Amino acid sequence: MMPHQVAWLIFLLPLFSFVFIAFFIRPFVKPESRVAGYITIAAIGGSLALSIWALFAVMAAPHHEIPVPDITWVVIEGGVTIHLGIIMDSLTAVMLIVVLVVSLMVQIYSQGYMHGDPGYHRYYAWMSLFTASMIGLVIADNLLFMFVFWEMVGLCSYLLIGFWFHKPSAADAAKKAFIVTRLGDFGFLAGILLLYLNTGTFDIHELHELAIAGALAGTVLTWAALGIFAGAVGKSAQFPLHVWLPDAMEGPTPVSALIHAATMVAAGVFLVARMFPLFEHSATALTTVAIIGGITAIFAASMGLVMNDIKRVLAYSTISQLGYMMLGLGAGGVAIGIFHLFNHAFFKALLFLGSGSVNHATGTFDMRLMGGLRKYMPWTYATFVIASLSIAGIWPLSGFWSKDEIVISSFASQPVLFYLAMITVFMTAFYMFRAVFMTFGGEYRGGDPNAHGHDSHHGQPHESPSVMTIPLVILAVLSIFSGLWNVTGHFGAFMGHGQTHGFFEGLFHPFTQTLPWIALILAGLGILLAYAMYSKSWLSAERIGGMFKPLYTLFYRKYWLDELYENIIVRNALLKGIFAAFEQFDNRVVDGTVNGVANGAIASGRAMRHAQTGQLQLYGLFIGIGILAIIFAIYFFG
Amino acid sequence: MVIGLQHYLILSAILFCIGLYGVLAKRNAVIILMCVELMLNAVNITLVAFSRYVVPAMLTGQVFAIFVIVVAAAEVAVGLAIIFAIYRGLEDIDVSKIDLLKW
Repeated sequence: MMPHQVAWLIFLLPLFSFVFIAFFIRPFVKPESRVAGYITIAAIGGSLALSIWALFAVMAAPHHEIPVPDITWVVIEGGVTIHLGIIMDSLTAVMLIVVLVVSLMVQIYSQGYMHGDPGYHRYYAWMSLFTASMIGLVIADNLLFMFVFWEMVGLCSYLLIGFWFHKPSAADAAKKAFIVTRLGDFGFLAGILLLYLNTGTFDIHELHELAIAGALAGTVLTWAALGIFAGAVGKSAQFPLHVWLPDAMEGPTPVSALIHAATMVAAGVFLVARMFPLFEHSATALTTVAIIGGITAIFAASMGLVMNDIKRVLAYSTISQLGYMMLGLGAGGVAIGIFHLFNHAFFKALLFLGSGSVNHATGTFDMRLMGGLRKYMPWTYATFVIASLSIAGIWPLSGFWSKDEIVISSFASQPVLFYLAMITVFMTAFYMFRAVFMTFGGEYRGGDPNAHGHDSHHGQPHESPSVMTIPLVILAVLSIFSGLWNVTGHFGAFMGHGQTHGFFEGLFHPFTQTLPWIALILAGLGILLAYAMYSKSWLSAERIGGMFKPLYTLFYRKYWLDELYENIIVRNALLKGIFAAFEQFDNRVVDGTVNGVANGAIASGRAMRHAQTGQLQLYGLFIGIGILAIIFAIYFFG
Repeated sequence: MVIGLQHYLILSAILFCIGLYGVLAKRNAVIILMCVELMLNAVNITLVAFSRYVVPAMLTGQVFAIFVIVVAAAEVAVGLAIIFAIYRGLEDIDVSKIDLLKW
């Protein structure tokens, strides 16, 4: 067992770090000092140690849950009482590990990557707040509390994506992320309110029980679940609200790693998992989750095939993998979706940090300007390949285990989505190894011709400092081994489903099945095709692109969705339609009322000022008449 | 004819109305001031008359009338001074021409 104060401390440590850096370090310590980074790393390291303790305590606890007493937050007389509380169950414990491990690695890495940036303190303050918000989100035990942190996560990602706010593209990307996710948040809030109006509670446990008992069912449950899912669609960048995520690459690369692996986008998947009993009792909602997930997976992967910016490839890969997670949740259950989130966090953080390391050396994110980095950056290369193998789903790396389960569960429940998922397996392997071969294979193509980045990029690229490579190595180790947690079925059992079995039995079990073989072969073919096209030039990438010209253009232009949203919906429908109508309403009705009142006052003044003759005797006469009138009134009516 | 309270009151009312008419209708500021005096003295008559007929044992009304006379004297002094000041500025004391507060 662990005392419940410790559970609170997991959340409070990064929050203290934020407050301390924002209010004491940033104003009073010179920006070259690294103290802000040390404080953040210490706070997050402390939280991580406590959450490892929490994980083992939860494993040992009955029903895999530690009860934590609530704190009364708001009491409305005759109305509702809102408690501040913590859920410390298996889902929370796993999420805490994911968030804090990735965050810690990112903070350490940022010591190198952000070195010398004038916003160094600001960066660490926001990173601390970001981590604290995400922890608050995963421990929250009522929807209101959760929504607060949900919004704080959105705010922090806005601040961090727009970290280099002097670049217009970064400022725009930050706004886009904020506004697009806000569309989903609206659905989430509507879902919360719908649940509250029908049940009178915000408490997650109570809502679970109501859904399981059948007291919360039918249309209300479906709409509430869909509302909550809308929030998840926004945050987790699912189709059709995925457009903010590729643009979010404008932030510093470690921020991308954190957003894409553990915090922002994981929040949506986590939310669906947290409210899973509600989805489970509404077939419509659950199917919607699976379908959106499946569509997103293949849709994003197809765009990832043709991008030339390494971070954009990874961005579309993230969207695609999040689609897998949603598919896993919708088709399989909490354990399967969250297991993929758990594994994905490590290898995706590794990929992003690797791309940051590459950028550190070459000064560019454009893969066409890289090449041959294998020789100069052996550590980055090795770890990047491990992560790519893992995401491609190669046995026995972590990605294989979770992706395998998703594919199998979708085969059982959603056959159409199963085929999409299989095609996505092939695409994933292809685009990841396309990135690997373009970046690390062949000869160095010179980096950024007008380099202006971190250091001087002239001449040979060089390996990043060890403060950056050590997190890569740690994450690579995790990417290899994290999947083994569920080889024995232990992860699934911990999450509440399934039985455990022997390790070696589980390790080689996939080879006795057909589906894992198909998935492995498809992944292998993807890697082979990438090798043929980008390493050996057996097949010309240009010629193949030319053969499928319309398809290539479709992918490269991202299905024209950005244009659709921006030109048609925003510029025409919103700007010319609704906003113009609002403008008219504002100009005519609102301004008309305000101006009318003022004009009325002016006109009546103009009319009545003729009464002011300046003739004192006339005033006196009126006073006299007035007095007489009052006397008469009192005399006759009083 | 026995002269009673109502005769005093009627006299007072007549004087008051004459004064009021003068205040409202006359142009000359000095005459207006005189009419104000007339109104004050009309009030004095009522005060003394009520005192004499309603509470004969007390002198409240008479004392009050003396106060009014004193205040009226002060008022005349101030009023005439104002009229002088206006005359110096405008070379006229026709109140219909003193309309500086006009819109």
